[in-house]
Amino acid sequence: MLLNQFLLLAAALFAIGVYGVLARRNGVLVLMSIELILNAVNINLVAFSAVRETVDGEIFALFIIAVAAAEVGVGLAMVLLLYRNRRSIDLTEIDLLRG
Amino acid sequence: MSVELLTLAFERPPIDWHAFAPEITLLSVGALITLVDIVFLEKARPYTAALAGLGVLATLIPILTLALDGADRTMFGGAYVVDDFALVTKAIFLLSGYVVILLSTNYVAEGDYWENEYYGLLLASLMGMVMMASSRDLISIFVALELLSIPAYLMVAWRKSDLRSNESGLKYYLMGVFASAVMLYGMSLLFGVAGSTQLTHIAEALNGAGSSVSVITMGIVFIVAGFAFKVSAAPFHTWAPDVYVGAPTPVTAFLAVASKAAGFVALLQLVYVGFYMRPEVFEPLIWILAAVSMTVGNLIALRQTNLVRLMAYSGVAQTGFIIAPLAVAGHSGAIGDQALSATLTYLAVYAAMNLGAFAVIITLARRSGSAEIESFAGAFHYAPAMTVAMTIFFGSLAGIPPLGGWFAKFEVFRVLATAGEPWGYALAVVAAVNTVIALYYYAAVLLKMWAEDAPEGDHLPVPFTPSLTSALAICGGVTLLFGVVPQVVARFTHVSLLALGS
Repeated sequence: MLLNQFLLLAAALFAIGVYGVLARRNGVLVLMSIELILNAVNINLVAFSAVRETVDGEIFALFIIAVAAAEVGVGLAMVLLLYRNRRSIDLTEIDLLRG
Repeated sequence: MSVELLTLAFERPPIDWHAFAPEITLLSVGALITLVDIVFLEKARPYTAALAGLGVLATLIPILTLALDGADRTMFGGAYVVDDFALVTKAIFLLSGYVVILLSTNYVAEGDYWENEYYGLLLASLMGMVMMASSRDLISIFVALELLSIPAYLMVAWRKSDLRSNESGLKYYLMGVFASAVMLYGMSLLFGVAGSTQLTHIAEALNGAGSSVSVITMGIVFIVAGFAFKVSAAPFHTWAPDVYVGAPTPVTAFLAVASKAAGFVALLQLVYVGFYMRPEVFEPLIWILAAVSMTVGNLIALRQTNLVRLMAYSGVAQTGFIIAPLAVAGHSGAIGDQALSATLTYLAVYAAMNLGAFAVIITLARRSGSAEIESFAGAFHYAPAMTVAMTIFFGSLAGIPPLGGWFAKFEVFRVLATAGEPWGYALAVVAAVNTVIALYYYAAVLLKMWAEDAPEGDHLPVPFTPSLTSALAICGGVTLLFGVVPQVVARFTHVSLLALGS
């Protein structure tokens, strides 16, 4: 089976996601980058699961999808709260706390 | 046809209700609080905190009966285990949760926050921690981690109109989610090696697999890095000071103690049940995390002017001490067991002394409304009891005998030395140097409280509240107990996770 191709795809997605989290300034885009990492994980799990002929990986992936939905719900609420109070979701502008 | 097949194929796994009794109790109390709020509306508000507190204490009853029963209970084919380790850590979580509820009572009621939702989320987060103590499977560890984290993100941003609280909430959320995504990537790699999500199966696969060393190493590194965020170990600690300052102070206490302890518990389970046969991978990793956390945390703490921020950096340094024994855990089975009980002892003492220090900060900050160290000057003149309490907690954090923190530090040093490895001795030296540095900034705060005069000669007494006083009494009692009669208390932390042996 073509396991390596799936793993490479997942690794590329993971790297893009990490880059996005570190480099993006927009709050929503950072959230999307985190979703990319989670999808890389899901691809890994499903590919390994198919090779290993178990369903554990697919079940894990389902759990990740469900929990990620809850997480993004909280994250969007938080970004919305920030937008209401500051009229901007630029992450480099939130720097009240430092020292 | 297909329905028949499904009913044939599905067999309900046997469920041990006694083993689940703590979780069920906690869940019922959470539901009850929501229900009471819906039915009685405003009339129920004054009783919510008491109800939540009683619920947490009630959850300790099934834990006690399970401990008296003594048998290890395994469910879902080994994914969920109730053993001595799980019971001890659950008790630590619940007691610190109870103290956090005591700390929150006045703060949340006076700050005009959403009370019911606050306690509901606190209980949900506690539920995640209680689950974490029993999780021996990647899936249940992940679900427990998210269950304890997501309510915590919301609680940090609880002051909705305060920009600082918003900012710290978003920072904590982004850091936390990023860390758990990285951790998941590591978990997916280990799943690929083992073909199973269970830690015991992963341990067997790690022991056998010779060819895929790089994949195993990457998996373990990502997972440990993910949890290093959660426990705020340097260099993954950068979120902690900002989040601690921006969050409501009781929530800060909750993050600094309970949430951090949950990260340690997960790390302990992963290391002891999962990675134990790969000491060459996890030991150097833990060594670096421990040494860097102690040094960086203490050096930055030296120049802090805000007491909460100082507590954040002191927490980073304490993290280094807590994980230090794990750096030699793989030496032999006996050392591994000692390292586990040293870590658990430190965790229990840390919970008591840190919550106590936060209780004093919350009490004194109620009067001045500021957490700057300057505003604590001369506290002895208007709040002598608080000053004595702060001396006990800070003395314990610094490791002065005969307080609890001294015994915890002693245990850490003992494990590092008995392993007899050069890197164990090296870490002990780093820890010893750091103990001296830490003494300096703890003593500087205490000196200000005892010796200087209050700003503007303000000698109004501190308002007395029963809940804060009982929180102080619990924390002070535990801190002193660990220091004065360590043998008695340390019996509880003598547990083993090494089912496979070494």
